[in-house]
Amino acid sequence: MDTIEQEYDIVVVGGGTGGPMAAVKAKERNPKLRVLLIDKAHVKRSGAISMGMDGLNNAVIPGHATPEQYTKEITVANDGLVDQKGVYAYASNSYAMIEELDRWGVKFEKDETGDYAVRKVHHLGSYVLPMPEGHHMKRVLYRQLKRARVDITNRVVVTRVMTGAQGEVAGVMGFDCRTADFHVIKAKSVIICTGAAGRLGLPASGYLWGTYENPTNCGEGHVMAYHAGAELTNLECFQINPLIKDYNGPACAYVTGPFGGYTANAEGQRFIECDYWSGQMMLEFFNELEGGRGPVFLKLDHLAEETIAEIEHILHTNERPSRGRFHERRGTDYRKQMIEMHISEIGFCSGHSASGIWTNERGECSIPGLYAAGDCASIPHNYMLGAFVYGKFCGENAASYVADQGSVTPDSDAIAREKERIAAPLRLSEGLTPWQVEYKTRRIVNDYLQPPKVTRKMEIAVQRFDEITEDLQHMSAENPHELMRAMEAYAIRDCAELAAKASLFRTESRWGLYHLRVDHPERNDADWFCHTNVRKSVDGDMVFRKRQVDPYVVELNEQEKSAYQRLRVASPAQAA
Amino acid sequence: MTIAITRTQAPVVVDESKCIADKGCTVCVDVCPLDVLAIDTTRNKAFMKFDECWYCMPCEKDCPTGAVHVNIPYLVR
Repeated sequence: MDTIEQEYDIVVVGGGTGGPMAAVKAKERNPKLRVLLIDKAHVKRSGAISMGMDGLNNAVIPGHATPEQYTKEITVANDGLVDQKGVYAYASNSYAMIEELDRWGVKFEKDETGDYAVRKVHHLGSYVLPMPEGHHMKRVLYRQLKRARVDITNRVVVTRVMTGAQGEVAGVMGFDCRTADFHVIKAKSVIICTGAAGRLGLPASGYLWGTYENPTNCGEGHVMAYHAGAELTNLECFQINPLIKDYNGPACAYVTGPFGGYTANAEGQRFIECDYWSGQMMLEFFNELEGGRGPVFLKLDHLAEETIAEIEHILHTNERPSRGRFHERRGTDYRKQMIEMHISEIGFCSGHSASGIWTNERGECSIPGLYAAGDCASIPHNYMLGAFVYGKFCGENAASYVADQGSVTPDSDAIAREKERIAAPLRLSEGLTPWQVEYKTRRIVNDYLQPPKVTRKMEIAVQRFDEITEDLQHMSAENPHELMRAMEAYAIRDCAELAAKASLFRTESRWGLYHLRVDHPERNDADWFCHTNVRKSVDGDMVFRKRQVDPYVVELNEQEKSAYQRLRVASPAQAA
Repeated sequence: MTIAITRTQAPVVVDESKCIADKGCTVCVDVCPLDVLAIDTTRNKAFMKFDECWYCMPCEKDCPTGAVHVNIPYLVR
């Protein structure tokens, strides 16, 4: 295990969506900066959109939507608990980013006049822009990285952010998942773009890798920010998604809704007015799933042949192209059958909910020099376009930050400790295998943390996760690949503890199913109309605090505030 | 010795008559997000070394000779 030392101005961790944008924008701001983009996979095909994306879910395009309207929509979809400045900053820069991506060669759907063909999926406004040719997204980003002369390191797993004497960022540490070489990379600023913590719950299929999120995204970014002393926020606002039963893709109402598809119960009836993924929508979905009219289906079989053919083209060539293969094997034809749906395993993902590494509207975290963008950061309901916009903010702001910084001096004791932690599993020829430890952690997550949440069960989970801390010391890795899984097991365990303790801290119910506490069933605005932040204290304790909601920049009236509480389709009047 | 070997059926299948790893190609190994493919050094062909598949398909789509096929893993299909 050799040690490889390097030095950069800015290191971007994660080359999926927000990461490439951050790296390109930092170089555009100052081409002289030494910028490294580092990924545990290969940047050409890494991250949540390794096979592209079938559309923008939150396009704020003049003539179709305004930043004010979008900010309102996300505020109510998130039960009022948002940093509106952060959402508004996204919304105000959304259109400029779409135009830039368009110039870069990303193809969006346009109507016969050349205008963007925006569709309505959300409860109130229209923000969905299809990308039927969106499978080329990663190629477009890669070309820009090469043009901007960003350095790229693939197959290195970053495990920790290094800090200096004042707690400021001083670089990153990690290891090569093919050689196990230890990497120490000094940097004045680090931008974390590691995606969701998507390997937290265990999919109902029991297949560890059958997660909704790309399983590379196992919460390492959340954990490296936490151990560096940065604050994370609203972790009890879990991500839970409505998916095809057993298959890990969305069914997908965002694509099919504008064509006339909808979520139905076993009787083929609509039960929710809006298929946009909010906690309230998930609660109605859960109620129907567990009720007498379950399970839940996506209904397309009433649509015309040419409509279904178009839906198949979009869904089977983009984002999750193995979907068609899954249906074929089971004999499911959109023309003849409804598609059975289920809810996903839990995770942390601001792309769809509101949890993550806390950032402000500039992408800055709570320690100097640290930035975060995309699913791992905290701007709610951000999706792919939000990752791009905040990647841009982070890249530009980090470039300005490093201009004023002298050289950094990372804590050498921390480097020695991390090298020892990483080396340990390779030294053991016998012991627990990484997948056993991971499976058990995630099985306990499902048993005790999957909503509806029960206080005593979550307390038991905390005890079990403590026991697994001990188990981690006994992991054996046969090769560098297994070492990667072993270090991921550490990150997954940390996220599990954070999920349990964050959920115990907020003693109310909020965000529909995401934080439904059976023994605190009511929403309690008097005590809990606030964010929750967590950080690691100097003694190593997990410390929670309430953080007030900043005054809104866009005011809402009472009718608007409760719009997402009225998602269930009203029962039809009985005939006399 | 307390480590057992548990066999599983790998979802990714490589047609060795089409695979050109022996000519130096490593595309499928390079693009896999989970780094689960490898080149068998005795046969000089690509194969799935670890059953840790997201069935996301870059290996199949990017293979220059169409040698790679991704099946949905048995537990999922």
